[in-house]
Amino acid sequence: MSFVLFETVQDGDERYLDWLVSGLGWTIGLAAAGGCIAFAIGVIVGSARTSRHRGIAIAARLYVEVFRNIPVIVQMFLWYFVLPELLPKELGDAYKKLAPPWGSFVPALFGLSLYTAARVAEQVRAGIEALPNGQRAAAQALGMTELEVYRLVLLPQALRIIMPTLTSEVMGIFKNTSVALTIGLLELTAQARQINEFTFQTFQAFGSATGIYLMLALAVYAVMHWLEARFSMPGQGLARIPRPSRPGAAGEKA
Amino acid sequence: MGPFDLSSIAAAWPYLLNGLLFSLELTIVGFLGGLVFGTGLALVRHMDLPFAAPIATAYITLMRSIPLIMVLFWFFFLMPLILMWATGASRPVPIGPVWTAFITFTLFEAAYYAEIIRAGLKAIPKGQFEASKALGMTTTKTYRLVILPQVLRMVSPILLTQTIILFQDTSLVYVLSITDLLGAAAKVAQRDARLVEMYLTAAVVYMVICSAASQMVAVLRTRYAIPSRA
Repeated sequence: MSFVLFETVQDGDERYLDWLVSGLGWTIGLAAAGGCIAFAIGVIVGSARTSRHRGIAIAARLYVEVFRNIPVIVQMFLWYFVLPELLPKELGDAYKKLAPPWGSFVPALFGLSLYTAARVAEQVRAGIEALPNGQRAAAQALGMTELEVYRLVLLPQALRIIMPTLTSEVMGIFKNTSVALTIGLLELTAQARQINEFTFQTFQAFGSATGIYLMLALAVYAVMHWLEARFSMPGQGLARIPRPSRPGAAGEKA
Repeated sequence: MGPFDLSSIAAAWPYLLNGLLFSLELTIVGFLGGLVFGTGLALVRHMDLPFAAPIATAYITLMRSIPLIMVLFWFFFLMPLILMWATGASRPVPIGPVWTAFITFTLFEAAYYAEIIRAGLKAIPKGQFEASKALGMTTTKTYRLVILPQVLRMVSPILLTQTIILFQDTSLVYVLSITDLLGAAAKVAQRDARLVEMYLTAAVVYMVICSAASQMVAVLRTRYAIPSRA
């Protein structure tokens, strides 16, 4: 058996490996862009969920209910098939005529980031709610505005608390990029499928993509672990400061 | 494509409902199968059985690291080969997309359920195992009568939340051209050029079901909490 990845594709001078690398590029690009947008929106919506202004809290709740409860593939379909029909005609046509791969990438980005944002928002809310009430009260007593209370007091603590659970969201966003193949984005899974269709070397095609996903997951885990350690504060119960162990000490507690 | 047409939704409704029934069927199969296999995986890891524990760990890590669509592709291709090997047939035994979906969801969800149950197992105080042993219980009895009932009750809200995600994930069988709710909507959308109506209807149905299910989980969480652990 030969390694098909290093063979040249039919009618072309690329190798199949180049397809895989290109797919990986789009997977990482979509996950990175989607992750940044999802984090930004998630922090804002999650904070808004805990706001003392009823209107803001309700609006944020509504966002989460809608975007968390529709499967990500359906959301991508909405952005890909439905949005251009609802836009004014010229705008819709321009959207449909976006040059590939952007015509798939943009709707995929909308779908993925807004879905993930709703999930991040729920964690941010949980993080804020885990803080003692006195934190908010004390910040207000110091004369901080609502915005300052969140920016300077609540969020820096809440985000540290939810760091471990955010790791699984980051892993999730990488895995969910594969859904974009249903609207035509040639990301990693789509390229693997294409190599399989051209060469019938299923084990090599899917196996190499699977290996890459595994490495991506390991990389995400390592980066998030590093971030967690980098931003941990002593005395917060999250700190991972190496301590000399003494005999008879209680078992390790994270 | 004309203006928004409600009658097109009414006309397609029975077909969509049929698709929804398949989505629910797949959810139930994935839930039950995944729970049984997942509990097994969690126990193997928790008891740290030689040989089996590292295999279970590797299996769980692998399943949790790759996208469900990739797993669907794998099993669609692999199951016929496995069956050929198992039955001694001379050529791959095709099982079709529906069986592929049932098998994939069972095996895939098991990895996620296993991690949830394992977290629950870890939360059980050591004293419970020691007390069971002191009472002369076998390992099987200890887990069956003492440990698992508590664990399953403790983690049931998380298991149910995971099951809601499982229900959402069933829409991914679209890649196998199965007529689940989304598949049904997509087929009508393309046949009648009713993209807006069909995809919005599918979205609303998913949203209403998942939203209602989440509310129910929230109610169950407070009502059936074990008092001392509430």
